[in-house]
Amino acid sequence: MSKVLIALVPGIIVYAWLFGGGILITLALATATALITEAMMLKLRKRPVQPFLSDYSAIITAWLLALAIPPLAPWWLIVVGTAFAIIIAKQLYGGLGYNPFNPAMIGYAVLLISFPVIMTKWPAALSLAQTQLSFMDQFHYIFSSTLPMNVSIDAVTSATPLDYLKTQLKLNQSMTTIQSAPIFGVLGSKGSEWIALAYLAGGVFLWQQRIITWHLPIAFLGSIAAISGVFWLIDSTQFANPLFHLFSGASILGAFFILTDPISGPTTPKGKLYFAAGAGLITYLVRIYGGYPDGVAFAVIFMNICVPLIDMYTQPRVFGHQK
Amino acid sequence: MNAPINIAGLLKKTKDVFRFHGGVHPPENKAQSTQLPIGKLPMPEKLVLPLRQHIGNIPKIKVAIGDHVLKGQLIAEAEGAVSAAIHAPTSGVISAIGEAIIPHPSGLPDHCITITTDGKESWAERYPQDWRNADITTLIGSLRLSGIVGLGGATFPTQIKLGSGKAAIHTLIINAAECEPYITCDDMLMREYHAEIVHGITIVQRLIGASNIIIGIEDNKPEAIKAMRAATTNTAIQVKMVPTLYPSGDARRLVHLVLGQEVPHDKRSTEVGIQVFNVATVLALYRYFEFGEPALSRVVSMTGNVKQPQNFEVLFGTPLVDLVKAAGGAKADTSNFIMGGPMMGFNLPSDNVPITKAANCIIAASPTLFEPPPPAMPCIRCARCADACPVNLQPQELYWFAKSDNFEKAHEYNLFDCIECGACSYVCPSDIPLVQYYRYAKSEIIALDKAKEAADIARERNEFRLARIEREKQERAAKHAARAQGAKSTEAPNESPAVTDKQAAIAAAIARAKAQKTSDEAAAPKNISNISDATKAEIAEIDARRAAAGLTEQVTNRQPNVDDKDKQAKIAAAIARAKAQKAEANASTVSKDVPAKQPVIDAEKQAKIDAAIERAKTLKSAAATPPTNDLNAKPVADLEKQAKIEAAIARAKAQKAAALKAKEDQSKE
Repeated sequence: MSKVLIALVPGIIVYAWLFGGGILITLALATATALITEAMMLKLRKRPVQPFLSDYSAIITAWLLALAIPPLAPWWLIVVGTAFAIIIAKQLYGGLGYNPFNPAMIGYAVLLISFPVIMTKWPAALSLAQTQLSFMDQFHYIFSSTLPMNVSIDAVTSATPLDYLKTQLKLNQSMTTIQSAPIFGVLGSKGSEWIALAYLAGGVFLWQQRIITWHLPIAFLGSIAAISGVFWLIDSTQFANPLFHLFSGASILGAFFILTDPISGPTTPKGKLYFAAGAGLITYLVRIYGGYPDGVAFAVIFMNICVPLIDMYTQPRVFGHQK
Repeated sequence: MNAPINIAGLLKKTKDVFRFHGGVHPPENKAQSTQLPIGKLPMPEKLVLPLRQHIGNIPKIKVAIGDHVLKGQLIAEAEGAVSAAIHAPTSGVISAIGEAIIPHPSGLPDHCITITTDGKESWAERYPQDWRNADITTLIGSLRLSGIVGLGGATFPTQIKLGSGKAAIHTLIINAAECEPYITCDDMLMREYHAEIVHGITIVQRLIGASNIIIGIEDNKPEAIKAMRAATTNTAIQVKMVPTLYPSGDARRLVHLVLGQEVPHDKRSTEVGIQVFNVATVLALYRYFEFGEPALSRVVSMTGNVKQPQNFEVLFGTPLVDLVKAAGGAKADTSNFIMGGPMMGFNLPSDNVPITKAANCIIAASPTLFEPPPPAMPCIRCARCADACPVNLQPQELYWFAKSDNFEKAHEYNLFDCIECGACSYVCPSDIPLVQYYRYAKSEIIALDKAKEAADIARERNEFRLARIEREKQERAAKHAARAQGAKSTEAPNESPAVTDKQAAIAAAIARAKAQKTSDEAAAPKNISNISDATKAEIAEIDARRAAAGLTEQVTNRQPNVDDKDKQAKIAAAIARAKAQKAEANASTVSKDVPAKQPVIDAEKQAKIDAAIERAKTLKSAAATPPTNDLNAKPVADLEKQAKIEAAIARAKAQKAAALKAKEDQSKE
């Protein structure tokens, strides 16, 4: 599973470059929390610690969660989220191989529901912010929530495009006006779209290495593109184009790194298509009609519930059997 | 399932080869043992021949300790339908018959014949056959004496595969895929014996009447392909190159590869007109028909951790140590020996085991060659096993079901379609020994089915027993009623004829039932097929006597009706007579030109005489016994008579059975 971590590295580098080194602090905190809680739980459950820690599964959960939450969130937020993901969502279900839900997404959902204000306060890309925070400034902010003198929090954060789109559409702004806002980039959101492209590169690497199959990412992105395309064709003044949806929020990260968690996902090729298509549909619906800016986490958790059913009904034809 | 594989699959289709789902490509490790030609071993001092070298019944030993045997002499003959003969691989003396260690994963000893070789290689008489012209049934029939079994590893007796003939075979596939790593015996055979193999194929073609013949060879054996292509020019035989992908040598997979056709899971390939033969088996058939040589040796790849890996022609029964020695000896760090390939082979219990018909490859293993697997981690449902499964099963689900003893579900997910090829275990990132879980689940399911079957039989038997008890109770009640009636009628001398008739009828019925039972008992033993009719008659006599004695003891409170005794006796005697006549009639219908005629006639006569004697006795005793009113005194004599009559009937029946048996035996011959 070390290859999954390697595949995330390009995205992390672009992330740190665009948003500052704060993300590295969050990643380190999450990793430490994951390893400590995993070791503690394995000890409590009287399981061998070393083989389970060295399979990197806890670190993958930690990284995915860290990349999903705002990078300047206070230190305890990521610690609480990671600990919840490892202790409750993973180990209490029986540890590696037995968790029915994606632990990182459970951790994310818990944080989003419990701390909605912090969880939606995203920093603007460095190039867009009125004030640029140095690495040390970010470090202090994460650990003590203090900013340098004369810098207000609003000066470093901004709404995400998905969020902005939703609120502005409610204010009856036209799509062209909305999309001319500086936070919008060529593909999705200015800044984040580059991170998404880096994730895409990592995902292609995973596919090339045969760690993942094409089914989940293609079906997920295809489903988002298809649904958003239909809505966009019906009314392009009210609905954003498919490209925007593909490169906003957690679409690419979700397609290649979150949905592809094998433990909580389906195993049959056809089942993977259904699973990912369903997740894409729910993601879009949450984005358009839901109360939260992005829906990948909820979509994945909901589809996780359906996995046994999907697997049962998508058994492939066995050699020498009639279908 | 990745896109490039599908594209590759499409490209292959145009080449006339049809990929199956999944498969793996482990390191081949075949080059090591193909550097030298097929070698020969010095004559071993002793050959140990296990009786169990094939699928089916253990053959019957035809030699004794101390016998001198010639090369090719039959030393154990096929027993029953599915069995294979064993021959002396060289001349020598039978020095032991008994348990010895055999190449089996259990490491348990089994019956073996040990030959101390004399090194003279003096042949027994060989009977080459004109396979081009001789009668096909004769040729196939003669294979029962060949000892040839499937040499690909399945060791199924070849005569059955050739003789099954349920459906017309249109396609013959020669399995030369040899997909397991390390094994090269078929490769070397094709390089060195291509002409003979083609003759062998022609023989099989003639025997099964196939019109379409395809040799399937994996594309990692270019020399063998070249040799076979050259040998088959100007013949109807096609040589097809199949991709190197384990397990392409599995018969069903190979059929799919070369024909694009899936053999239905619940059918044998012969049922859809396709027969698959291993290339080494075909060569063995050629040698048998052309030179009269039965199965005495095979080519074995001796490879792995030995100084000079090589293929050798090895006499069956050769101790493994001799083979290892011929390959330059095992290197110092050799830990154990594997028979078969690394995917499906098993660890041999020692290096003292003999080479058998199933031994296509012996791999000397060492910890560096085969790293001990790391401890298994939990399944993460990555489904790589499902991608690798050539049967398109869901190994991750089967594992889950097997682990939780959910056998019903495992069955439902087609556990029994698993061919235990080990592709799933090979790709498992958690190093789970998946195949072992499937074997466990399969054996548990089979055991449960057997237990259920046994329970069903026991229940049926119990139900039958209860019904019988109930019936007997009713019969007893009827008898009691009859007795009461009888007692009344002795008190009243002028009884009505209707009552007497009824009683007589009851008595006759009982006598009939008894006789039936006795004759059934007499007919029951199964081990009487080989004994003479005279002995049979004797046995019947003894049985009848025993039955008679038993009856006298048991039935003291039965049949007290004295007045009707002569009537009863007459009826019984009449029945006996009728039976005897019937037996006679039967015997005479069957005894035309049969060698066993004399004893049959004797049996007939005997039956007649017996019946006559019984009749006379009955009449005499009926006359001698005056009617009295003493209920206690009368039944004894009466019962004795009754028993004798029954015994006579039984004897007659037994004789009839013997006669019928003789008829059957006759018609079989």
